Amino acid sequence: MSPRIFHIATNTFREAVRDRVLYNLIAFALLLSGAAIFVGQISIDIERLVVVDLGLTAVSLFGVVIAIFIGIGLVSKEIEKRTLYTVLSRPVRRWEFIVGKFFGLAGTLVVNTFFMAIGVFGALFYVAHKFSKPDALILVALYFIVLEFLIICSLALLFSSFSSPLLSAVFAFSLFVIGSFAEDLRGFAGLAHGVTRWFATAAAYLVPNFSALNVISAAAHEQPLSSQLILHNTLYALFYTAMALSGAVLIFERRNLK
Amino acid sequence: MAAIEILGLEKTYMVGFWRKRPKRALQPLHLTVEEGEIFGFLGPNGAGKTTTLKMLMGLVFPTSGTARILGHEWTDPEIKTQIGFLPEQPYFYDYLTAHELLDYYGQLSGVPGKDRKRRVEEVLQRVGLTDIQGVQLRKFSKGMLQRAGIAQAILHNPKLVFFDEPMSGLDPLGRREVRDLMEQLKQEGKTVFFSTHILSDAEALCDRVAIIYKGELRGVGAVEDLTSTVQGKVEVVWQGTQIPASMKALGADCHVTGDTVRAVLAENQQDAAIDALRRERIRLIAITPLRTSLEAYFVEKLQPSKATAGKTVGTAV
Repeated sequence: MSPRIFHIATNTFREAVRDRVLYNLIAFALLLSGAAIFVGQISIDIERLVVVDLGLTAVSLFGVVIAIFIGIGLVSKEIEKRTLYTVLSRPVRRWEFIVGKFFGLAGTLVVNTFFMAIGVFGALFYVAHKFSKPDALILVALYFIVLEFLIICSLALLFSSFSSPLLSAVFAFSLFVIGSFAEDLRGFAGLAHGVTRWFATAAAYLVPNFSALNVISAAAHEQPLSSQLILHNTLYALFYTAMALSGAVLIFERRNLK
Repeated sequence: MAAIEILGLEKTYMVGFWRKRPKRALQPLHLTVEEGEIFGFLGPNGAGKTTTLKMLMGLVFPTSGTARILGHEWTDPEIKTQIGFLPEQPYFYDYLTAHELLDYYGQLSGVPGKDRKRRVEEVLQRVGLTDIQGVQLRKFSKGMLQRAGIAQAILHNPKLVFFDEPMSGLDPLGRREVRDLMEQLKQEGKTVFFSTHILSDAEALCDRVAIIYKGELRGVGAVEDLTSTVQGKVEVVWQGTQIPASMKALGADCHVTGDTVRAVLAENQQDAAIDALRRERIRLIAITPLRTSLEAYFVEKLQPSKATAGKTVGTAV
C-alpha cells in the first residue's frame, strides 16, 4: 500500500472516531446487556439461540447504517467543504484518495465489529455461563458480516463519487435491501420467461448477494458452515468490492471539482 | 526558466438539465510567469481566476490547452511536491488541530518524519499559530483558518506557491502580515502566483500582473510599466494654507489639507508654478508627476474589448 493511501485511511478513521461514530457501541452494549438479562428471564433452553440471533443481527444492522451514512459523505462532503482541494493539490492521485477513504471506513467498521463481537460473546456467556465449540460459528458469521460491510462501503463510495449524499443513501440502502433478497430474486429469475427472465437474471447477478453472506440463523442454530462457502463468499465479496471501487475511481478520475 | 507557462488553457462547462448548453468560463489563456516573481492575477469576482487556478492544480479539467509548471508537464503528480496551494476561503478537517493538520499534509507531500516535525513547528510560528496549535480547527476564526491555509501551502518548502484570494477574511494587520510573508517568499527565491480583486494589494506586492475579465485575458505587464503612463500633469505640494493668485492664474486645481496645499496643474506650467511660489516665499514640499494608477488601468481593461464588443461572453463559473 502506498504511504499516501495509509495516511488518508488513518485520517478517515480518526475522523470517524472524533465524530463520535463509535459511540454507537455504547447503545449496542446497553441493548445487548438488556436483551441478555431479559432473554435469560423469559426463555427456557433457547437463550443461546435468541442472544446469538439478536446480537449478530444488531451487529449487522448497526454496521450497515454506519457504513452507509459515513460512506455516502466520504467524497461528496470533501467536495462540498472543499477539503479535497488541499489534498489533491499534493502529489496524491485521485485513485489513492478513493482507496484510502475506503480503507479508512473499512477499518472503522472492523474495529466497531470487534467491540460489538465482544459484546455478543459477553451476553452469550451471561446466559449460557460457558462457551462451547459451536460458538466458533459466530466468528464465521461475524467474518461474513465484515465482508458485507466491505461491499456496502465500496457501494456507498461509488454512489458518493457522482451523486448527492441523499441520493447515495437511497441507492446504497436500496441495494442493501434488494441484495438481502438476492437468492429469492435468483429463484424468481429461474421461474420467469422471456424478457422478464433475462432482466431478472441480470438484476439477480448484478446486485450484491447479501443473502449468501447472511449465516446468522445457521450460527444460531449451530448448523455447520463449509470451508467452501467461506472461500466462495470471501472471493465473491473481494471481487464485488474491487469492481465497485474501480467504478468509483473511474468516475472520480473524470470529475471536475467545481 | 519560466515557473508557469499556460498554453491556451480553455474551459467550457456544459450547463442546463441535459448539459447541452455551453458556458465558457475561460477563453484560451496564454500566460507566462517567470521564476522568482510575485505575479498578481487580477479580476472581479467571477472573472475566471479560480477556474484557472483549479485547472493548474488538476481539480478541474480544461476543455483544451496545456501548461507547464517548473519545466514539467502540469499533469505530472510529482510536480506537486514543489507546489503549494491556498484555495479561496479554505476549509479544513475541523476535527484536527492545526499541528495535526499540518502533519497530515506533510505526510501527503512526502516530507520525511524528522523534517516534518521541524517544518510544522517553523511554519506554525511563521503564521502566528504556535499558541493555538493544539486547538481543533472547528474553534478557529476565519482569519485563523486563513493562516492555517497559508501554513499548509508553504509547509513543504515549495518552489512555487499559488494563493487564491489570500487576503480574504483577514483584518488589516493580518493582511499586512500576509504581504510581508509573500515578500519573504520572494526573497527566498520562490515564485508567488496570487489571485485577488484587491488592487492595492497587487500594486504593493506584484512584479507583474495580469487582468482577466469574463474569462478573457485583458492585459498583462509589469506594474511599473502599467502605471508609468504620465498623464501630462504634475502635483505640487507646498507648506501653508495660502493659495497665491498667480497659481490660480496658471489653472491649478488647489486643495488645502491640514497645513499643506496640493495643486494639480499642466506639466508645462511646472516651472512657472515654482517661480510663483518662490516669489511669494512659500516653502515648496514636493513636485510629483501624476501617473495612471493600477486601478485606472484595471477599470480601463474591464471595458468591452473590440473583439468581444457586441457579442455575449459567457460568465465565469
